[in-house]
Amino acid sequence: MLLSELEIGSQAKVVRVTGDDAVSKRLMEMGVVPGVVVRVVKTAPFGDPIQIRLRGYSLAIRRNEADTIEVIA
Amino acid sequence: MKSANVATNNGELTIALAGNPNAGKTTLFNELTGLRQKVANYPGVTVERKEGNWTVGGKQARLIDLPGLYSVDATSIDEQIARDVLTGRVDGLPRPDAIVAVVDATNLERNLYLVTQLLELRIPTVVALTMIDEFERQKHEIDAKRFSKLLSAPAVAVTASKGRGIEELSAEVAKAVGGMPEIPPALRFEEDATNNSRIFGRYHFISDVVQGSVRHKDLEAHNLSEKVDKVLTHRIFGLLILASVLLVVFQTIFSWANIPMDLLEQGFGAFGDTVRGVMPDGILADLVVDGMIAGVGGVLVFLPQILLLFLFISLLEDSGYMARAAFLLDKLMSRVGLHGKTFLPLVSSFACAIPGIMAARTIENPKDRLVTILIAPFMSCSARLPVYTLMIATFFAGQTVLGFVSLGAVLMLAMYTLGIAAAIIVGFVLKKTVLRTSSAPFVMELPPYRLPNLRNVFQNMFLRAWLFIKRAGTVILSISIVLWALTAFPRTGPTYVHLGNGAVNPATAEVAAANEEFRKSEQIKHSFAGQLGHAIEPMIRPLGFDWKIGVGLIASFAAREVLVSTLSIIYNVGKDADEESDNLLTAIREAKRDDGGKVWTPLTALTLMVFFVFAMQCMSTVAVVRRETNSWIWAGFMVVYMTVVAYVAAFVTYQGGRLLGFE
Repeated sequence: MLLSELEIGSQAKVVRVTGDDAVSKRLMEMGVVPGVVVRVVKTAPFGDPIQIRLRGYSLAIRRNEADTIEVIA
Repeated sequence: MKSANVATNNGELTIALAGNPNAGKTTLFNELTGLRQKVANYPGVTVERKEGNWTVGGKQARLIDLPGLYSVDATSIDEQIARDVLTGRVDGLPRPDAIVAVVDATNLERNLYLVTQLLELRIPTVVALTMIDEFERQKHEIDAKRFSKLLSAPAVAVTASKGRGIEELSAEVAKAVGGMPEIPPALRFEEDATNNSRIFGRYHFISDVVQGSVRHKDLEAHNLSEKVDKVLTHRIFGLLILASVLLVVFQTIFSWANIPMDLLEQGFGAFGDTVRGVMPDGILADLVVDGMIAGVGGVLVFLPQILLLFLFISLLEDSGYMARAAFLLDKLMSRVGLHGKTFLPLVSSFACAIPGIMAARTIENPKDRLVTILIAPFMSCSARLPVYTLMIATFFAGQTVLGFVSLGAVLMLAMYTLGIAAAIIVGFVLKKTVLRTSSAPFVMELPPYRLPNLRNVFQNMFLRAWLFIKRAGTVILSISIVLWALTAFPRTGPTYVHLGNGAVNPATAEVAAANEEFRKSEQIKHSFAGQLGHAIEPMIRPLGFDWKIGVGLIASFAAREVLVSTLSIIYNVGKDADEESDNLLTAIREAKRDDGGKVWTPLTALTLMVFFVFAMQCMSTVAVVRRETNSWIWAGFMVVYMTVVAYVAAFVTYQGGRLLGFE
């Protein structure tokens, strides 16, 4: 499934980051690599972006970006 | 093999300070260098280059503060610059003899990613572990010796605000300089390794280092920030709190800053009078008082606003709240193609575009930042108010719409709305054309909430103020002199008001004053500015403007509110008339064209207001844009496109109004 489909508060393990562009590279550099556990913390008031937590820190990404992250529960 | 410190100038060491944003790099830099800092730009780009002196093992060292980075793989300008500095490709900067890598201990894995890349560069690297108090409060433990060994780089725990670990850091750097460290085997990639495999490899290495040296009790147990966020980024309270924060910021800038601003203005006025008193009358006194003191003073009055705005920005950034504001508002801003962080600079520009444009430096993406800078001056700033007020007071006072709403208020609101609409449209167009970004990446860290370091906050505030005075000041001084010269040359000889029978009697003070006003008005008519006004008259006639308004437009390039004093001089009602002065209102209402028709109608007034919404009538803004974009091209582009928009909008207003039957 995709990270964007995860329910708020649930966590999952990253399988891969699709897309081969600056955004996917930046996501991976920020630690979103296969095997890392990611938790969806909340969405912003207008529904986008979302806040995720990984490796002990928080990251805000837009839903477009979350769509490129494949996860497994 | 060449030793790294061969490249240094006169034995001085060059040391680079690198680290993630929010890792405590600024605090450490300030602690290491004290006030011995200087700021410049890297050649050709907007990235700021900060450096200072640091004593390492008894030797002077040049400490280069790199921009905050997550990676040195060049995807952003910051990263490109950092890479160039580290590989010795920046003019006038030798390849660093050592790197101090600032690593936030509470966010170890992600911070170490940059360190792995630094290790691959084979420059001696010393890790400074910051936030160690917080780390220990969270019941984590780190075995520093093992950490250093696994990472194959020395590591020192520092608490910069208390000066702890600073000497040890200096000793470790002194020891490391001159060496040629080996790359850890796990980070030796094949030449043709893909980006992905390198990134995975680095994180794999990081996991090994962290697992071998750090004992985590529970990463999430002390996650205080998430609890605070339950309120601060709450879908209702979060927005309400943000609105209140902004309200306080703008109340301060808009209204409380007026007290010191008025004082400065009076101070410069008094200073000008004093100087005029001691200097002999004549051209030199005019140059110094009307040109230099009035020009520079007119710009320096913005200083309180700039100081206060930067005080708030520093507090909001350093506490971690700014990222939350961008998080809350990103969706709204992205609808018009902008970034969440565009919001603050734009709203600040309602007070004054100068601090607003300077605030745009919080936007990392250079293109988004440039778009923000280019549209910020459309926000109706406080200097437009006197112009709006004069026009409304002259032609629309006391009128109502729907029986009870003041027409003046409606027009005022319309002018503000017009500016906002223009900013959105132009921003959208720029993003779709010249400043197109391939995708709109929004990957933003939400740093933990922390108490701002007051020393950093004040140092930043005064640094910004000083840069404003220094850089903008030089440009503004030259433009002031040019504008003054345009109104002061060529000189008109003494002229006298002829009283009734034509007798010249400058004996009484009243007549002398009248003579002086008349002389000034004659002077401006025949000056270059007056001639320019005549020259541009054919161009502005389709807007309903005559040459006198043309002179006002030219003179108010210095600052918008100058229009009021220029019109006062031209209409010969005295320079001290302000936007509520009855003389001026009457003079404007009764001004005649050469053919006897009235110059001003309500339609002309409305057209002039529309022109002022859009036109780039502010040399201080141009100077600041030049400084912030490091380019005359963008500053010039802004003047040209805003003037074109202003002309077209004024043309449509005036000619459209006439078609609809208005005079």
